[in-house]
Amino acid sequence: MDITTQQPTAPPAPGPAAPQDKRAARGATRPGDRIFLGFSRGSGIFVLVIMAAIAAFLTYRASIAISKNEANFFTAFEWNPSGIPPEFGIAVLAFGTIVSSVIAMVIAVPIAVGIALFITHYAPRRLGGPIGYVIDLLAAVPSIVYGLWGALVLVPHLEGLYGWLDDYLGWTGIFEWNGGAPRSLFTVGILLAIMILPIITNVSREVFRQVPRMHEEAALALGATRWEVIRMSVLPFGRSGVISASMLGLGRALGETMAVAMVLSSSFDINASLLDTGGGTFAQNIASKFNEATEMGRDALIASGLVLFVITLLVNGAARLIIARRKEYSGANA
Amino acid sequence: MSHATLSPQRSSLRGATLPKWFAWAVAAGSVAAGLGISAAAGLNSDIQWALIAAALFVVGSYAISAKVEGRRQAKDRTATSMVWVAFLLAVVPLASLVWETVKRGVKVLDGYFLTHSMGVVADTEPGGGIYHAILGTLEQVGLATLISVPVGVLTAIYLVEYGRGRLAKAVTFFVDVMTGIPSIVAGLFVLSVWILMLDMGPSGFAGSMALSILMIPVVVRSTEEMLKLVPNELREASLALGVPKWRTILKVVLPTSIGGIITGVMLAIARITGETAPVLLLVWVTNFINTNPFQDPQASLPMYIYLQYANSGGSGAAYDRAWAAALTLIAFIMILNLVARGIARWKAPKTGR
Repeated sequence: MDITTQQPTAPPAPGPAAPQDKRAARGATRPGDRIFLGFSRGSGIFVLVIMAAIAAFLTYRASIAISKNEANFFTAFEWNPSGIPPEFGIAVLAFGTIVSSVIAMVIAVPIAVGIALFITHYAPRRLGGPIGYVIDLLAAVPSIVYGLWGALVLVPHLEGLYGWLDDYLGWTGIFEWNGGAPRSLFTVGILLAIMILPIITNVSREVFRQVPRMHEEAALALGATRWEVIRMSVLPFGRSGVISASMLGLGRALGETMAVAMVLSSSFDINASLLDTGGGTFAQNIASKFNEATEMGRDALIASGLVLFVITLLVNGAARLIIARRKEYSGANA
Repeated sequence: MSHATLSPQRSSLRGATLPKWFAWAVAAGSVAAGLGISAAAGLNSDIQWALIAAALFVVGSYAISAKVEGRRQAKDRTATSMVWVAFLLAVVPLASLVWETVKRGVKVLDGYFLTHSMGVVADTEPGGGIYHAILGTLEQVGLATLISVPVGVLTAIYLVEYGRGRLAKAVTFFVDVMTGIPSIVAGLFVLSVWILMLDMGPSGFAGSMALSILMIPVVVRSTEEMLKLVPNELREASLALGVPKWRTILKVVLPTSIGGIITGVMLAIARITGETAPVLLLVWVTNFINTNPFQDPQASLPMYIYLQYANSGGSGAAYDRAWAAALTLIAFIMILNLVARGIARWKAPKTGR
């Protein structure tokens, strides 16, 4: 790469004429080259400008809304931006977003790591390829279809599980169920887990595949069982990759909109029990409240969107930094 | 390890091993027990007996194997069965998703459905179709592609062919971060600029702008990977002949990697076709055919699905239409994916030299 990225320049003449030659060489760059470089550098700068503009415009609209807000933006349990006086806060949304994402991660990460191990180390060789292929395709299924499936297929099937959780774990308080439709944050968490499985699996699989063959064979030669090989050579090697894969999945779960909006029966309060309907997430709230929002309401929604933007930026940035330390497996295409 | 002698030994060097059918036997036993327990306890959920069976399988195989083969082998078996359970647990919902969509989708999916709009059909009645939605989706996605492909490919060229120093590093990092922007945030951004500040109405084009924000980073990433695969010798040969750099890029580098770039673009299109959130904010939806993407609300497949689900008060006909539209959408995305991968494989020997 180094060789080609340098402009072909004339060999430097010896002595005091050198600086002039340099200028002459630069001048010799053809106009076509300069125009083309200008266009491609311009596109690169355009990308940066978009990112800056997103941050700037969201902050601007959000500041309009927050300056008129009579309640505390971070702690208020209300969403009434077009009321007099306007009052809204993101406490419920932050709670719902975090809880549903945490549930999704707790379910999805172990299973995704399991599938990745299955594909790379357990499945018969003939199966591994096609399964990876199918997982790739599933990553492309749009969230609206997951939402439709979640609302019409998953929700009715969860009643049994809810009853069971209530019977045996109801005493904990978190798993108390009062018999409403199972459209709670818990269901959202399960659906999000299913949705982020493919991406976490894809990235983890790539990492596990890059474990040096020698490490594994050394462990095998010492008489290790397959599980010991995985624990001693595969998992330590892939740890940072799995962490960043999980954070990519987390970023997706945090920003998921339509599937949550279709499954959750939302309300603006926080329940002690995960199984009770109610609560909301940032993205879901924007999608559901947008239609009836006045201009002030839209600004308030943009303010909550700004918070979501900052959170996902932090999560994704962290994931990218972990990946960047190990350049070989960029998960960006997954 | 070699002390256990509960099962017939083949070699004195290896410990006792359970026969190959052992895992299958335990699996069959635990499925039967799971079914039995849930029947006895009157549980009526499919999920539960599977969970019970899975737990029984893991515990059962550990217990028996620990007794016969020893601790380490038992742990290995547990790990194996956990991995299998993880795989099956994931397959069930994903298979169900595909199965239900196909099964319920084919009910009303026919030529009439594809060529008619919802113009004269109430949401709760049977009939109607998705012609207007297909039209809208194609126009919005087409416009988004027109915006993002030049920007994305040029950015990738900058990063690979010219990029050095801070600017290139910043662009690389922010392209990475941009991949993670939630679609609703992209929608809010265009909303705040286009609709709130410039006072434009909802239109297909507004949606396209938000979609291209989502599409650009994907195009940049895949194009970058492809350009890096082009061998340096080709560039050097061209430059050595005195060909200007820009012509080298246009005539040598791009043609060599064009297959991979097309693949990347198609995968990016497949990714944004199903985006709903920005469309909900910026394009809205209509039941009528609107061929002009620059004015007035337009329908699109994802919004059509959402509308049929949300605004129909649970009417069966509307749900049927939603599933049929979902099937159309998935089919479209899958075909794009398969064709893209086909092109990648077909062009691979040339680029991957």
